[in-house]
Amino acid sequence: MSQIPSELRYSKSHEWVRMDSDGLVIVGITDHAQALLGDLVYVELPEVETAVKAGEEAGVVESVKAASDIYSPISGDIVEINGALAAKPELVNDDPYGLGWLFKIAPEDESELDELLDAASYEDLVEAEDH
Amino acid sequence: MGKRTMLYEEHLLAGAKMVDFAGWEMPLHYGSQLEEHHQVRQQAGVFDVSHMAIVDVLGPGARDYLRLLLANDIDKMTSRGRALYSCMLNQEAGVIDDLIVYFLEVNKYRIVLNASRRNRDLQWMNQHTEGFSVGLHERNDLSMVAVQGPSAIEKVHHILPPDQLDLASTLRPFDCGENEHIFLARTGYTGEDGYEIIMHSEDIIPFWKKLLEAQVKPIGLGARDTLRLEAGFNLYGQDMDETTHPLESMLGWTIAWDPVERLFLGRPALELIKAHGSARELVGLILEGRGVMRPHQRVVVPQMGEGEITSGGFSPTLNQSIAFARVPKGTPSTCFVEIREKEIPARVVKPPFVRKGQILVK
Repeated sequence: MSQIPSELRYSKSHEWVRMDSDGLVIVGITDHAQALLGDLVYVELPEVETAVKAGEEAGVVESVKAASDIYSPISGDIVEINGALAAKPELVNDDPYGLGWLFKIAPEDESELDELLDAASYEDLVEAEDH
Repeated sequence: MGKRTMLYEEHLLAGAKMVDFAGWEMPLHYGSQLEEHHQVRQQAGVFDVSHMAIVDVLGPGARDYLRLLLANDIDKMTSRGRALYSCMLNQEAGVIDDLIVYFLEVNKYRIVLNASRRNRDLQWMNQHTEGFSVGLHERNDLSMVAVQGPSAIEKVHHILPPDQLDLASTLRPFDCGENEHIFLARTGYTGEDGYEIIMHSEDIIPFWKKLLEAQVKPIGLGARDTLRLEAGFNLYGQDMDETTHPLESMLGWTIAWDPVERLFLGRPALELIKAHGSARELVGLILEGRGVMRPHQRVVVPQMGEGEITSGGFSPTLNQSIAFARVPKGTPSTCFVEIREKEIPARVVKPPFVRKGQILVK
């Protein structure tokens, strides 16, 4: 059973978001998503200072098996990316909610966070996909 | 539900993620495909390959029949107990399948075929038996594993009973031998040393368990694919099929042109292609930029035209993406692969990329 931390919000496309203390939003992919992809070998992240829109492509994760698009869960400007993933994409497999984070966004409209799934709803989504 | 090998329950016990492969439920990986890949390059792993089709070719006409059927010449095996890789071609010289044929005894050969091609192969093989005193015997009573890696030989020897150990110890690379309990061949699909082992299906579970007890790790189809790609071995259905011929598939070396009077199936068409020169070739690529090459991506060769990735992925040994691509003949040392609408430079190389744990391409 994959981990679904209760304090995070989730997108239907298997990204998680965490509101940081400095008002920034951290984005990653869920434990369920990394398990489905298998060992990651390459992560392509957006460039810092680019604007992203909720639901639009913001990067790509490639595993030994396949490439999968990453969608930004919310709109805003990219302020930081996880540079460690260039050399160690496996951090996403090993620690998807910690060292394997992908990028940070300065949100355009914080109310967009309310439209994302809470942990219980995301768990329902994962279970529905498994059956 | 797909077909299951005798080892299905053992795969589940080992934590396998099962997937459909040519109608069979087979292990994709047992946790980490990357770790399984390194396990085979550095130590030893075991693959369940019982889904592959084993066909014994028996009778006084077996030799002549196989010299018609196969593009490589079984007479290259000058003594019993040898193995040969060959293509089986259609009349247009398209590849029906690639296979290993083992010379067991006079009037007895054994062929191992791709699972995905079982029906087509048998239909073709049966279609051409007329005029030969030969019988085709499909061996659904047997199971097969491959044990591969630098310590595979030692590990297998460790678990064999004395009489089987005596048999195994005599085998050099590309040799095979059998007794009433076991068939052993020093062949494989990984670029490492090892055995391919066939036995009665009721014996395979205890054998598998002994291998695991000897620290041989189970390896899934995922790592099997990256290992064979690094080793420069084609995968049927991706790198060649009935619409492509051996001379554009890095398989020219498997065609036995001599003796000229041996009229194997597909030979007239292949001779025409050879005389005119093949317009395309299969080459190896190493991606210079970042990303991962995947099958069907477009390859751009400046001033020459376009090609396509046939097999591609991430090489755990090189730590970068490698591929096979079918490109215009004479493609120079650099081309470009279109990955998500960007053209990424790639270097053209001659496979294998890796053999016996060593990187062979610069």
